[in-house]
Formats: sequence, C-alpha cells, structure tokens
Amino acid sequence: MSILLFALVNLAPGGPLSGQGQSRHIDPTKVELLKRQFGLDKPLPTQYLIWLIGNDWMQIDKNGDGILDSYGARQGILRGDFGFSFRSRQPVLTEIGQRLPNTIYLTVVTMLVAVLIAIPIGIISAIRQYSTFDITVTTFSFAGQAIPEFWLGLILILVFYAWLKNPFTGEPLLPPGGMTSVNSVGFDLGDRIIHLILPVLTGALGWVAWYSRFLRSSMLDVIHQDYIRTARAKGLPNWKVLYKHALRNALVPLVTLLALDLPYIFGGAIFVEILFSWPGMGRLYYQAALDRDYPILLAVLIIGASFIILSNLLADIVYAYLDPRIRFE
Amino acid sequence: MNQPTNIQSTSIGAGVWKRFRKHPGAIFGFVIISILIILTVFAPLSPYDPEASEISVRYHPPSWSHPMGTDALGRDLFTRALYGGRISLTVGLLVVIISVTIGIPTGALAGYYGGKLDGILMRITDAFLSLPSFLVLILLSAILREVEIPLFERNNVLTISLVIGVFAWTTFARLVRATFLTLRETDFVAASRALGGSDLRIMINHILPNSIGPIIVEATLEFGYAIIEESGLSFLGFGIQPPTPSWGNLLSNAQEHFTKYPWLAIFPGLMIFLSIISINYIGDGLRDAFDPYKVLEKVGEF
Repeated sequence: MSILLFALVNLAPGGPLSGQGQSRHIDPTKVELLKRQFGLDKPLPTQYLIWLIGNDWMQIDKNGDGILDSYGARQGILRGDFGFSFRSRQPVLTEIGQRLPNTIYLTVVTMLVAVLIAIPIGIISAIRQYSTFDITVTTFSFAGQAIPEFWLGLILILVFYAWLKNPFTGEPLLPPGGMTSVNSVGFDLGDRIIHLILPVLTGALGWVAWYSRFLRSSMLDVIHQDYIRTARAKGLPNWKVLYKHALRNALVPLVTLLALDLPYIFGGAIFVEILFSWPGMGRLYYQAALDRDYPILLAVLIIGASFIILSNLLADIVYAYLDPRIRFE
Repeated sequence: MNQPTNIQSTSIGAGVWKRFRKHPGAIFGFVIISILIILTVFAPLSPYDPEASEISVRYHPPSWSHPMGTDALGRDLFTRALYGGRISLTVGLLVVIISVTIGIPTGALAGYYGGKLDGILMRITDAFLSLPSFLVLILLSAILREVEIPLFERNNVLTISLVIGVFAWTTFARLVRATFLTLRETDFVAASRALGGSDLRIMINHILPNSIGPIIVEATLEFGYAIIEESGLSFLGFGIQPPTPSWGNLLSNAQEHFTKYPWLAIFPGLMIFLSIISINYIGDGLRDAFDPYKVLEKVGEF
C-alpha cells in the first residue's frame, strides 16, 4: 500500500516539485538545487527506500552543490519521520501536531453530541415502532443522511449568521467560523461553545441519522428475542426489561460501529473544517492538496490508513469482549 | 423446456415491481428522480445559455423568468443546475458501470475458485478498503486536474468517474464473492458441472443471477454515493472544472457571496439533496422488494 501511494505521487505529471513553480518563474538552476537538496535527483526506488527507512546511513548533498558532503538526517516513515513540508519547510509531524488537537477537539465533541442524541431517538423509535414519532424520525434520518455536509453548513451559516440576529445586540446570532473570537483573550468557555455550535451541528447531523437508524434496527432485533419475552414473563417491569436486557445488547453493535468510525477523529471532517475555517487536519490536507505538498499528503494518508486498520482490529476486539458468544479461532 | 424458467423469472420481476410499488418512499424517489432525469435531458430547450454571461442581469433573485435566479455573470442558475445535473447523473451512472465491471468479476473469481486467487484478490480489496477513500480521491483528482491526456483533460466527467469508480468496486466484489462462496458447492452447480457446463457458464448462468438483487440495490446506493462524492470534489475545486457547471462547483462558486445572494447556495444543494434522498428511497424500496420474506429491518450492513 505504501508503494502504491508513493508511486502515485511520484509518477504524477510534473513530479513532486511541480506545485512549487506554478505561480512565478523559477530559475531552472534553482530547481536543480532544490531537487538535490530534497534528494529528488535519485532514482525512484532509492527515493522510496529513503522515504521508508531514512537516509542517515548514507552521504547526501545538503547544500545542493552536487557534492556529497554529510550524512542525512531523515529517519524514514518506519521510524516516524515523515520528512518536511515542501511549503512551510517544517517537519510534517510538527505541522500535523499543530492541527491534530483542534481536529480531535471538534470531532470528539461532534461524535459525543451525535451519540447522545442518537441513542434516545433510536430507543424510542424502536419501542414505539410505527408511531408518529418513529415515522417522523425515520423520515428525518433519511433526509439527514442525504444532506451533503457542505450544503448543510452553508445553510446553517445563512440562517444563524446572516438571517438570525441576537435580539439584544443586533449582532449575528452565531459566528460563521473560527475556533474562538479574534479579540478573545485567554480561555473563554462561552466563546468556545458559541464557536462550536454550527460546526458540530453540521458534522453531527449525518451521524445522528446514521446511528439512530442503526440503533433502532438493532434494538428491534433484540426486542423480538426469546430472552426478552422470558424477562417479561417472569414479571420484570417494562423499563427494566428495556434497559437491562434489551438496550445493553442492542448497544453492542453500536459500540463496534463507533470503534470503526474512530479514524474520522484523525482525518476530521474536511468540509466542516473548510466551511467554518477550523484549523484542523481536514484543512491541512485540503491546503496541501492545493499546494501539492506531497510529504504532508502522504503522511496524512499513511497515518489515516493505519488508523483504519487499527480501528478495524479494535472493533473486532471490542465486539468479542462485549459479546461472549463470539470467539476468534 | 425453457418454458417453466421463463414463467418463473417474469414472475420474480413482476413480484419485485409489485412490492416496490407498495413502498411509498420508493415511489416518491422514483417520481423525483424521473422528473430530474427528464428535466436534465431536455435542458438544451432552456432559452438561456449555461455558460455565456449576461452582465445586465447579474444576481437577479428567483423570478418567473429565472426560477432559481442568476449568478455573478448573469447566467440563469436553473439552466446551469440542469446542465450540472447532466454531469452529476452521468458521473453516477459511469461510476456504477465502472465499479460493477471491476467488482463483479473480481468477486466471482475469488469466490468461485477460492484458494490462492481468493487470497490475492481479497488482499487487494482490503488494501483499497483500508485507505481513507475520500482523501485519496482528493489527492488523485488534485493530481489529475493538470493532466492534458486526450479523453481525460482537466478532470472531465470521464476522469472523475474513473477516479471514484476505482475506489467503489470493493463493495460489489465482497457481495458477489459471498454469493459465490455459498453457492459453489450446491447441487445445482454440481448438476451443471456434471452436464459438462464450463466454469464460465456456471458462473454467469447459474450463480451470478442469484446475487442480482443485492447487486441492484448496491448499485442504486452507489449511484447516490458517487453523486455526493463528485459534488464534494467539485465543491473543493478538485472535481469538474468551471465553467462546466456541476452541482458541486455551483455551490462552491456560491460560497463567496452567499449571505447576500442566498439562492446561489440554496438551489444547487437542494438538487443534490433531492436526488440523493430519492436514490436512497429507491434503494430502500428495492431492498424490501427483493426480499419478500423480510420481517424485521436488516441490521446495519454497509
């Protein structure tokens, strides 16, 4: 997989440096110099090897004058060194480190909100199947899954920023973006929350729809099992049957699903971050794609892919742990 | 000798249609999508040119002559949205064709022959599944945006469909493989083999028809995903390139001044929303229709 991604980037027309010379004219000798400095003059398999295991074991041409003068400093992605961003010349991991906390902050809140809304909805619409509530919610969740995030975000900004005004100050009801107000000093919880509302709403709607539908069907599945009838038959009160016997089992698949969705916390919601100018991973990736900043793109993809594999593993483990019927050979 | 099978197959089709008709959501979706398709097919009948600007009517709000208003260059948004619909629906269709063409043979070979071949093909499938696909789509289309190969210039419909399709076939492969795995040991397959049926004949004539239901359902849903992904890419500027309109890049263009000219943002998104919800309803209806014994809702398979 890493070969696939690396090949993709390097075989791209124009090569990895093409993003750098688009806007202005660059002296060809400068390009040569840059190429030598970044090690781009070497054959591709060598470049791949350097990218993978680093170049601190070989002589490189540090100042680009064509003479090998010192040992390299790169350690390769296998040792956690993803190189330097072409654009900012900062280590890729530093860049990611600056953005990751913001993304985790936003996505964790989003997921929490989504789960907290989805669970009651899912339960109620399952135990009152085909009631007005159930039908309304099912319709809404169908709609919720069909709304593209980037449109929902625009509409929310339109309503809560452009149209609705704060009745006391006459200012827009909610800010259209950013993590905090520009002029805010220190940590202001209220300000933080105000800036979270719209991005979280935008991001959470799809998850709410998806999780509540999921919980509804797994709850329906459980309710019709024999042991629920047994619990009822032995005279347990209804709520006890529902919460102690039904819900616990219905949540198992949901928890597994949550584990599968963990990579989202790393990658972030690219549309939400762009719409609400949230300085997170999604925007970092978007900007890097615009600039063709390959070290960053590759790093995000590789780390993202590892997250997906890990979360699949985690989901299996969690599932086996929560459901004793499942045993892996 | 063929007579009974013919009667059988028509009655399955009729049964599916009968159950499909009883699903109110599916009918809603079917009607909306039909209207959309008809409108986009007849888009050239519009009195306005989708790409020529008309500065005298810039930023006109929706009215009788411009049902969705006009944009910064005075182009009729309704006309542009219809042309955008052509693009989006074509991309959806192409992606389904591409992903089915890759996915079905892969799944069939893996499931039918099993063993090493299955191992290799499924590792490839896993590799694709473990990639954060939308991020890879962004990377690919960002690279291809500057390509000038004939047929694939600057992210046209074909390029975008290929890029999306290459990452969409895995669902089909897994689906088809599952059917082949369960059916390859059955008696009717053994019977066909005893009669001298070739592997290819068994695969195409005897096993594949059994998974046609799930394939159609999945294809419907894929059609919707493809439209969302295409508009997402175009919204970010990596998809269909202006001045060719697509729902995504119409929204993206609207972004700058949409608080002043809200119709620019509302209508293209509404088109995406309506088509996706219709497609999802159709998929839901088809799933129920193909599964007559279904009592409870199927638990989240994706």
